[in-house]
Parts: sequence; structure tokens; C-alpha cells
Amino acid sequence: MKIRVNGIEREIEAGTTVESLLNMLEIKVQGIAVDINREIVPKRLFSETILNEGDSIEIVRMVGGG
Amino acid sequence: MSDTFKIGKREFKSRLMVGTGKYPSNEIMKIALEASGAEVVTVAVRRVNLDRSSESMLDHIDKKYTLLPNTAGCYTAEDAIRTARLAREALDTEFVKLEVLGDEKTLFPDNEALLEAAKVLVKEGFTVLPYTNDDPIMAKKLEDIGCAAVMPLAAPIGSGLGIRNPHNIRIILETIKVPIIVDAGVGTASDAAIAMELGCHGILMNTGIAGAKDPVKMARAMNLAVEAGRLAYLSGRIPKKLYATASSPLSGIIE
Repeated sequence: MKIRVNGIEREIEAGTTVESLLNMLEIKVQGIAVDINREIVPKRLFSETILNEGDSIEIVRMVGGG
Repeated sequence: MSDTFKIGKREFKSRLMVGTGKYPSNEIMKIALEASGAEVVTVAVRRVNLDRSSESMLDHIDKKYTLLPNTAGCYTAEDAIRTARLAREALDTEFVKLEVLGDEKTLFPDNEALLEAAKVLVKEGFTVLPYTNDDPIMAKKLEDIGCAAVMPLAAPIGSGLGIRNPHNIRIILETIKVPIIVDAGVGTASDAAIAMELGCHGILMNTGIAGAKDPVKMARAMNLAVEAGRLAYLSGRIPKKLYATASSPLSGIIE
């Protein structure tokens, strides 16, 4: 099924969780945050939050800024 | 004598807060932060780059600093709220420098949207530090809804124009009780000293340091200027007069 991650379309298997998506993308949980369809997903729910067809996922981290 | 100030529940000694953007390198940033004496450093929230597993810039920032995530680049209350929530989740901090911009050219705040976003975030338990105009009425509104500090601009972000309206800053200082942190527009050490001499509780700057030819030296200059300005404020300066008053005794002059 299709989802969007940081604006880019991706194909994933049904049942993929936020945690497994992050593993797939080789992104460490430390220092990041995720929201799905503009709703924040707390870190403790990463392993049980299953992605759905058409979901728009944003994965963010900190960068330099003022 | 200790001269500390509090934002929300946290107490700070250094009155200079520094941004982490636009340094020539992470190494220079690291040394500049140290030279600035800052305890609070700002960071921005951006998408993880999925193409390469880049190192985190947080690896270059010592754990001793209090991170203040911003909502830079947000033009609506909704985006700013969302960014603040992401920052809280990523950093496990309740601190947020709230920016809601109104215009790309000036980067002036959209105060209506700022107030709306601040209300929501205060209710959600954030310690909100809003970037706003040098407008006393707006500052009062932001204090009234529960912001932990108010951060009026000295001049447009990155402009280096210095304190454009010291009189408004003074009125803001007389109007509200939460700390006033001058944010944006400070170009050189004297600008920082002026803000502190007015009685501001602190200054937040980024470009003034990061954009200098030698950011480390400028960080040190800003550190000294903030301290000098603060001491001058606490000392109570002499009144300005048009004519001279001799500083040596008038009696005992030889004839």
C-alpha cells in the first residue's frame, strides 16, 4: 500500500508500524518526532501504531536555527 | 551577588541566548557557543533527510545547554502548534520559542495568529516564549494568556539594525512582569549592551554571532556586552545633561 513519508510516496506492506518504518529507513528514535496526518504520535506508541493506506507521515529532527 | 532570572520553572545565570543556525561549521558553532557563555540555545524542527543517514546536529551541542526549539518558518497558528508538539516529543522539553510569521520579506510576526497559537500551547503545558513586535499592547496580551516570557524584536530577523525603538522596549518593560528577552536584529556588541541597559532580562541572537567574520570572537564580545549592559543597568546610570559638570575639585586651584 502507498503512504507518504516526508512528502515522498513509498510502498509499504500492510501492518507496518511506525517502529518498523523507522527501522526500514534506518532512523534512530533518539531526538526525532513523528506525526501522521498532522497528529503527533508519542514515542511510546511507535511499536503499536499501524500505518494505513494514504497516510502522510512526517519524521522530524532538530537542526540549527535561531 | 547572584543575578539570575527565571523563565517558567527554570533559572538561568547567563542572559545571552544563542541560536545554532548559519555557522560556517559545527566546530565553529561549538566554540562560539562556549565563548558566548549561553545556557540556552535555540534549535529548529525540520524533516529528517531520508536519502542519507546524516548525523544529528545535536551531537555537536553539549548536553549542558537547555535546548529551546523554535517554530521558525511557520506562517499559521496551526503549523506553529504542530511544530511545537513535534519539538516537545523530539526533545522532551516544554520550552518553545513560538514564531508565527506574517510575511517572508520582513519576517515580522503575525500577532493575531501568534496569540491564537500561544493560547493553545499554554493550555497544553508548554513554557511559551513568543517572538513578537516591540508592541507593548501585544506584550501585555501575551503575558495575560500565560506566556513565560515575551520576546520583542529589536529589528527584523537577521537585519543587524539594533534596537529600533528603545522607547517601546522601555514601555514594555514597565508594562509587564514576565522576563523580556530581546530577540532578533542585534548586530553588534553595543546593540546588546543597549538592550541590557534598558533593563531587558536577556537577549536572544543568532545571525549577529554566526554571520560575523569571526563568530567565536563575536560570541565573546556579545557575552561581555550583555554582562556589561546588565551591570550598567543595575548600577543606575547618571542622568544625561546638556552642560558640563567638573569632576575635579573647584577649590584649591593654583593662581
